[in-house]
Amino acid sequence: MTAFILRRTMQSLVVLFVMSIIVFVGVNLIGDPVEMMINPEADQAEVERVIRELGLDRPISEQYWFFLLNAFKGDLGKSFVFGTPAIELIIQRIPATMELALVSLAMAVTFGIPLGVYAGLKPNSKISKTIMAGSILGFSMPTFWVGIILIIFFSVNLGWLPSTGRGDVATFMGISSSIFTLDGLSHLFLPAFNLALFKLSSVIRLSRAGTREIILQDYIKFARAKGLPESRIVNVHLLKNIMIPVVTVIGLEFGSLIAFSTVTETVFAWPGMGKLIIDAVYNLDRPIVVAYLMIIVLIFVTLNLIVDIMYSILDPRVRIKGAN
Amino acid sequence: MAVQTAAGSPSVTPKAGLQKFWSDFSESKVAVGALVVFFLILFIAVFAPLISPFDPYDLATVDIMDSRLAPGTQNFSGQVFWLGTDGAGRDMLSAIFYGLRISLGVGAFSGLIALIIGAAIGLSAAYFGGRFETLAMRIVDIQLSFPSILMALIILAIFGKGVEKTILALVLVQWAYYARAARASALVEKNKEYVEAAACLALGDRKIILNHIMPNCLAPLIVVGTLQTAHAISLEATLSFLGLGLPITEPSLGLLIGNGFEFMYSGEYWISILPGIALLITIVSINLVGDQLRDIFNPRLQR
Repeated sequence: MTAFILRRTMQSLVVLFVMSIIVFVGVNLIGDPVEMMINPEADQAEVERVIRELGLDRPISEQYWFFLLNAFKGDLGKSFVFGTPAIELIIQRIPATMELALVSLAMAVTFGIPLGVYAGLKPNSKISKTIMAGSILGFSMPTFWVGIILIIFFSVNLGWLPSTGRGDVATFMGISSSIFTLDGLSHLFLPAFNLALFKLSSVIRLSRAGTREIILQDYIKFARAKGLPESRIVNVHLLKNIMIPVVTVIGLEFGSLIAFSTVTETVFAWPGMGKLIIDAVYNLDRPIVVAYLMIIVLIFVTLNLIVDIMYSILDPRVRIKGAN
Repeated sequence: MAVQTAAGSPSVTPKAGLQKFWSDFSESKVAVGALVVFFLILFIAVFAPLISPFDPYDLATVDIMDSRLAPGTQNFSGQVFWLGTDGAGRDMLSAIFYGLRISLGVGAFSGLIALIIGAAIGLSAAYFGGRFETLAMRIVDIQLSFPSILMALIILAIFGKGVEKTILALVLVQWAYYARAARASALVEKNKEYVEAAACLALGDRKIILNHIMPNCLAPLIVVGTLQTAHAISLEATLSFLGLGLPITEPSLGLLIGNGFEFMYSGEYWISILPGIALLITIVSINLVGDQLRDIFNPRLQR
């Protein structure tokens, strides 16, 4: 077990290292930040001073080495545009993105599981067919376009919900979030729903498939034979067992919610880190791009590592297969 | 089908391949409908310059006075814009036709390259095994653990936007899916007798892979290919909408939707909604066809 965790952790570190090289070297080969950062009226001496200050006159390998050293100290450079440390800017934006992703996940699960279980229990009813058709649609609709439709419908035409920004933020138990104010919630609803839609479809499909499989198992038949009420069979015997695949997928998909939030954040002008990176790409703000990509890769590698370790605890076959 | 099963003898002549395929495929009315819609879209995309009522990118005919007209409006010279016009006075219907052409073109082209690269790697990994297989499949695993939008974002953040760069990003995002599918089916085929027979004939590795193993791995690759193409079209639209994908000179559906974004608050809904509907119909029809193909080719559901 320890060997598996060690090997898997080493592998994650290698991935992280390779990604850092790709990202750093790649990002530094495009665009000329000197031109962008320096006042066009600056004289030659001023230009050279700034180049030296940013370390742009050094060879790229040396730049990378300093980047790596500083990265370990938690310093990923200063934003060209804001003039503040890149990592600080991103960390400031993380809560907004996390709250969006978590609320979407909650929405996907609370609506997805009941709908999927229903569609699995009564596969031939009209409602089930509508649910499944809806899930194909949800699967196929591009997130950004749905976001636009939601804004046109709920914000522009009906005027019910705001379409941009995060709204009022309140602090509760040390966490400041827009979940705690009514205004914040009204701002959160549309983007969270937009982000949830894609995951909602996969949760519906998963729980439907799980239900259809489990409903045929002997223990369900036995529970029926014992004369248990249908509600107990569904809520206890069935639900417990479909939760296993659903929970695994949720763990893996949380990362993709964070990645997809770049799209939703851009449509709804949500001040999270996804919007920050898109803006940074436009502005050629290299430190931000590098820092964002490194942080998101770190989040992903960690998430995958945790899921893999959990798996190996739950299912010994994974360990054995990995050792071969 | 039922008659054949009743006959029960294994020596029943199989229906000609294509005929059997079609009779399986047409079991789902929805899938047939989707296929018809898809061919219609393909026709529009291929012949866009011939069937569009206007050339939306010919500056001589586009008039800024016609900008932001609602669907069905007639301008002073009697031209009717069935789907309205955008902010620059271009006819939306024609712009959507041209946009379909670009979106489908980029999606299909990147899918084809990804298919070739992925299949080559997947087939060789299965055939040769050893370190090459371990390394290739480890890379596939690692890549598939990142969501596609993130991979594409990394690539486009590094290389900047552009047609070739978008195609590169889409290829790099997709090849791993093909490699995994190709390897999985090649592993099964590799141990069959006909491969052994070919090896006994002292045929070269390349010949065995290309002429013997590959044709038998095509079915799963086609399924992955259909579903991945839909995914690639959607991803390209997303990237172009974000302003990271195609340049303004190649107005795909994603860019058209992005252009309409700014007019949304003033109630000119059609500029971004209509290209989106075209995109949605395309993706849904490809997905439905792909779903049916998956059911046909799935050996566990073999009827």
